[in-house]
Amino acid sequence: MDLIDHSLIVIALLPFAGALVPGLMIRAGRNACAVFTALPTALALTMLLLLAPSVMAGDVITAELRWLPQLGLSAAFFLDGLGLLFAAMILGVGLLITLYARFYLSGEDPMGQFYTYLLLFQGAMLGIVLSDNILLLLVFWELTSLSSFLLIGYWKHLPEGRQGARMALAVTGAGGLAMIGGMLILGNIVGSYNLTDILAAGDQIRASEWYLPALILILLGAFTKSAQFPFHFWLPHAMAAPTPVSAYLHSATMVKAGVFLMARMWPALSGTDAWFYIVSSVGLITMVIGALIALFKDDLKALLAFSTVSHLGLLTMLLGFGTPIAAVVAVFHIINHLTFKAALFMTAGIVDHEAHTRDIKRLGGLRHLMPVTFVIGTLAALSMAGIPLLNGFISKEMMLEEAAHTGWAGSPYAVPVLATLGALLSVAYSFRFIAHVFLGPVRDDYPAKPHDPPFGMWAAPALLVGLVVLIGVLPHLAEPLVRTAAGAVTGSDLPYFSLKIWHGVTPALFMSGIAVIGGAALLAIHAPLDRVWAALPRPEAKVIFDRLVAGVVGLSRRITERSHDGAMSRYLAIFVVATTVLGAIAWRGGGVPAATRELLPIPPVVLVGWVLLLGATGAIVLLHRQRFIALVVIGVIGLMISVGFVYLSAPDLALTQISVETVTIMLLLLALHYLPKTSPVESGVARRLRDGVIAVAAGGGVGALAYTFLLRDTATISQYHLDNSYSGGGGTNVVNVILVDFRGYDTYGEIIVLGIAGLVIYAVMHALLNGPAARKLRNSDYTSTLSRDRHPLMVVIATRVMMPVAVMVGIYIFLRGHNQPGGGFVAGLVVSIALLMQYMASGYAWTQQRQRIEYHVLIGWGVVIAGLTGVGSWLAGRPFLTSAFDYYHFPPIEEFELATAMLFDIGVLLAVLGAVMLMLESLSRIARYAGETVNPEPMDYDPSQRPVAAKEES
Amino acid sequence: MEIVVASSVGALTAAGVYLILRMRAFASILGLALLTYAVNVFLFASGRLAINLPPILQPYGDASYTDPLPQALVLTAIVISFGMTAVLVMVALGAYLESDDDRLDMDGTDQGLDHDGEGKAP
Repeated sequence: MDLIDHSLIVIALLPFAGALVPGLMIRAGRNACAVFTALPTALALTMLLLLAPSVMAGDVITAELRWLPQLGLSAAFFLDGLGLLFAAMILGVGLLITLYARFYLSGEDPMGQFYTYLLLFQGAMLGIVLSDNILLLLVFWELTSLSSFLLIGYWKHLPEGRQGARMALAVTGAGGLAMIGGMLILGNIVGSYNLTDILAAGDQIRASEWYLPALILILLGAFTKSAQFPFHFWLPHAMAAPTPVSAYLHSATMVKAGVFLMARMWPALSGTDAWFYIVSSVGLITMVIGALIALFKDDLKALLAFSTVSHLGLLTMLLGFGTPIAAVVAVFHIINHLTFKAALFMTAGIVDHEAHTRDIKRLGGLRHLMPVTFVIGTLAALSMAGIPLLNGFISKEMMLEEAAHTGWAGSPYAVPVLATLGALLSVAYSFRFIAHVFLGPVRDDYPAKPHDPPFGMWAAPALLVGLVVLIGVLPHLAEPLVRTAAGAVTGSDLPYFSLKIWHGVTPALFMSGIAVIGGAALLAIHAPLDRVWAALPRPEAKVIFDRLVAGVVGLSRRITERSHDGAMSRYLAIFVVATTVLGAIAWRGGGVPAATRELLPIPPVVLVGWVLLLGATGAIVLLHRQRFIALVVIGVIGLMISVGFVYLSAPDLALTQISVETVTIMLLLLALHYLPKTSPVESGVARRLRDGVIAVAAGGGVGALAYTFLLRDTATISQYHLDNSYSGGGGTNVVNVILVDFRGYDTYGEIIVLGIAGLVIYAVMHALLNGPAARKLRNSDYTSTLSRDRHPLMVVIATRVMMPVAVMVGIYIFLRGHNQPGGGFVAGLVVSIALLMQYMASGYAWTQQRQRIEYHVLIGWGVVIAGLTGVGSWLAGRPFLTSAFDYYHFPPIEEFELATAMLFDIGVLLAVLGAVMLMLESLSRIARYAGETVNPEPMDYDPSQRPVAAKEES
Repeated sequence: MEIVVASSVGALTAAGVYLILRMRAFASILGLALLTYAVNVFLFASGRLAINLPPILQPYGDASYTDPLPQALVLTAIVISFGMTAVLVMVALGAYLESDDDRLDMDGTDQGLDHDGEGKAP
């Protein structure tokens, strides 16, 4: 039964919300900091436990925050037995680690940072186990990689810490990438990214031809995270982290994420040969190799790290068996491993903290000096070895029982023998942990005088060991939780099982006996074995990893240097060629439907325009070195395009194009004044030929594409705009109504962009005039080459007469814009041309003296007016930028319309005007700086005088 | 008519691409201006061609109209591309004044060395 409970979302988000607090609370002291870390964790745990009874009763609790449901994207969470087990582990151990870390970290460590990272990590882990959407799960998965990177590298001053963190991030991050691919394939097969849907579609997934790629990619993610062979090497290097991190990440949480994922995906992916052979074999190999290496590690934490690798292998192997009972054992062992391994890590941390070393060769005899630690460590280690009356024994018995009747590729012995070997090695290193650290004579050469730590430090491991014993003696107490979680793993009814100490005389009992006796024997001859091991050549993972990374870095550097060499023309050539080739490939794919449109006739006058356009285009290619001529020719092209717009029923575009053309040419002319007037010949014939071929290929492709779709009809949404333009927007010029009403929000963005462009130009101009370029400008002698009659009388008079007329035209174009061709964009451009003419004819100084409003202010007002018009519709309870309009009739004037859209269009007009004028004014300011003549009275020209350069910027 | 528009778009694109592959800032700006024309006409043409059917609603009768949507998009595109051209011109001008050179490609001596903010001596 599904229950909806939104407290689940609160549980998932609490650690993130709480993560900011410890970083700030550290000023209030270390205890306050720890308390405020524990608070969100404890709160989340309490809320989880409140939900627990209904989950134990078999309900699944769901909660969802919808984001983009059309795309299957939502923050969906669900809590079933497996999620409950893991969430409780994450939060419970999180609390213990918070307590332990408070005493473990020294005064010099930034504790606030530590707790913030810890909570971030906790939140990410919680997200993984509670996500009901695999995309969301992937996000949390990557978050654990990132936050564990911060935790592992917490001691930033230690190079091993930084390297270990990088290695962990590289390996788990790469696995995460593979998993993204696998999850997307999975979502594609099922047609949903909802975990519940995917888990229910196991048959469909296994039947799909994409099953194997998806399986391999997802397992890559799980294996890297859970440090399975051959990716096991990162975990020991991550031991450079502070011990609380190791205890948390590497016993309870992060490395279990891979196991969790395999368990979660068990109903969807397991049950095939591929699953069995890949997962169980990898698990088996990891279990044996991890245990073997652990036996010969002298660093306490490295020993525990490899033992973790080995136990994760055990869990992987059990899940790989694919039987429901094996899944039960796996779930049970997850709990047991958590309790004894976290306690062991904390014990190792205590030893390190008190004796100032964790080198086994330098320890021994600590049972007399640290009796409490000795008891805790010994019980936990015995549980790890699988000694009766401790919880590790029961799950190990059950594992061996499962292994005993699992055949592998036809051989009934391979799995049992190797599993027994793994158990034997496990006994050996567990005994070694006890014997070489706590037993033996007391030494007098410890780096520090060891003694038991304060209660706060051993409380957490003691609690865990209490659980070890409790479950070991009364295993049926754990049965309900195991049953619920395992039921969630398999997604079906479980066969009969019961957790008990005595299973009778079974093969597993003999295997267990062999393991314990053999392990003890192995420890007895450890010293000579250790010498043999040291002499054996072994591949060093870190060296291989470093060499691999160096190789990849070298390769990418070579590619970058080859392709990214600072030559702009090369990038552009690569880009154009790549686009053209991709287009050509897509073209060859076929699928072009038959032509549906008739060709329109070509009247002779169009042919004239066409010839002019093509001629001008050709001329510009030939003449582009003569920069001034090139500008004249480009004007011809712009004019032809405007005429074309008129002919092809686009009067608004024609008006805009021709006015933009005018200001663009003016701008380029102004700029050309300071640039060289010609371009030198720099490329040889071969280069030009190559560029010509690229250009013709690109142009041909674009032309062919245009021709192809011009002959075919497609469905459009335009009819909606035509139908509603008058009734909904109140205007008959549909283009203008689209701009100010239907797509008003776009237009609003665009005037802002234009305004920003104007301000950028203004800023660049300022930087130039305050930089080294200013000297050059001042010392240049641009004036000598110019005509002495800078402001011809005729032009001055003509432009002043035209000014009011031009502004009038602008206003007229603006007012009719809603119903006839025109509108704010065009009107803004026309008015700016009217103003520009004054600058050109009468001089900058004269015009500037008469300028009343700064152009920046104009841009600002434009955007503000347009924005306020949009906000105004909120007052009427409508969405942003809804327009209202009505028709008025005052005799003797014709009936006219007033619409809020016109107010918006005024904003457009002002912004366009301000931006255009600011751009051109900035260029003209440079001109004045460079010594243009200043004539406040433009008509006092004296032909006998040389122009006097006025060199100040007024 | 379609062949006229398509060939014009093709020719403008070809000329534009050729010019942006030159090594001077001014030629590149010209090339970008030509590409802008090409792209705008291309987008406009995506509404298909129509003669004497401007999208101005007629009060009487069942008139047909050309597609207004690409026109609205191209209208803003024209204005925005003016802004882009203006920024490019200003940046090119600044680069020229600071370095006395309007080449676009860096050669070996330019790479990563000359970052002290002082332009090279003229």
